[in-house]
Amino acid sequence: MQVLYGRHHVRVFRFGLRLVRDEQVAEDLISEVFLDVWRQAGKFEGRSAVTTWLLAITRFKALSALRRRKDVGLDEETANAIEDTSDDPEVVVQKKDTGEALRKCLTALSPEHREIVDLVYYHEKSVEEVAEIVGIPENTVKTRLFYARKKLAELLKAAGIERGWP
Amino acid sequence: MMAASRKMLDQEPSDIEMLLPFHAAGTLNARDARRVEEALANDPELARQYGVIREEYAETISLNESLGAPSTRAMQRLFAAIDEEPERKPSVSVSLSARISEFFAKLSPRTLAWSASLGAVALLLQAGVIGAVLVKNQTASFQTASVLNESSSAPITRDFGVAAAPPRALVRFAPEARIADITALLDTYQASIVDGAKGGMFRLQFGNKAMSKDEAAGLLARLQREKIVSLAVATP
Repeated sequence: MQVLYGRHHVRVFRFGLRLVRDEQVAEDLISEVFLDVWRQAGKFEGRSAVTTWLLAITRFKALSALRRRKDVGLDEETANAIEDTSDDPEVVVQKKDTGEALRKCLTALSPEHREIVDLVYYHEKSVEEVAEIVGIPENTVKTRLFYARKKLAELLKAAGIERGWP
Repeated sequence: MMAASRKMLDQEPSDIEMLLPFHAAGTLNARDARRVEEALANDPELARQYGVIREEYAETISLNESLGAPSTRAMQRLFAAIDEEPERKPSVSVSLSARISEFFAKLSPRTLAWSASLGAVALLLQAGVIGAVLVKNQTASFQTASVLNESSSAPITRDFGVAAAPPRALVRFAPEARIADITALLDTYQASIVDGAKGGMFRLQFGNKAMSKDEAAGLLARLQREKIVSLAVATP
């Protein structure tokens, strides 16, 4: 268990944090995820990669945590307001840092778009694996990512950045 | 350029276009990767979009890497929770194999090598003891290899020991005799078939001890009176 935790906890934490946007909640999340793994180790059939299994559990736990948080009245906009203390994308552009503007816009994507972008780019999951983690058809994975990228382009454009696509 | 972009925005993305992010992340299978490579080589608009995707890819990694790592609190909380979990009982077979594996895993390579050598020596000793017991129990005899008796395929042996051979007989069973009947007869006479059915005759041996001539004759007479025996004659 220690080996598994040591190998995967950072990625699990980052994936969870990008979804719940709260470090404390994300830390609680990884404890819950690995405890579930400990309890359900016998059910893991080895048909998919361990990381795919871990990320699927993390996603489920993160959504549950978000639902609980909404129940106590902290909606996502409030959460965004708490977290986003740095410059907004427009200010960043004025500072001529396109990379940072891009990172800001990546943060501003909806949770649905954020998770798909992270899974494909950061966690390097294939179409099939993303479909398994998110629980959607493979074609939906591709179209959802396309529209996430389009939304990202719109956010960048609104911040005054033209990248030549779309 | 803007017109072209707007046009692209209004259109449904092509299959290749949707595969570009996966190509950037290196998660496409060989066939799709080849398709994308070919399309990129022939379509400058697609190649430009791919450049944008590479930028997104790099910045997404950068953003995620900047998130840091969880504190040790998460780990402590996890292992405290695991300690509170009820002990799980694996199945007996798993447990046994696990214990065997664990036992061997604990041994150092040197200990394992010594154990294997000792095991080999023990096997050799055991083979020696078994061989000695077999040689001791065997009656002294030799067998000629050159002479073959026409009437019998049994090897010619000359015993040096004191033991005389138990009586034998050639027996033909009645056609209606069933296997169960023959088996019962063999049990009754403590007999065993020592040679197969040549011409419908079986060579039977009675017991393991020699008998006097009278005893052997009486046994043969009894045998001849058995319903399932049509012929019984003494034989060496």
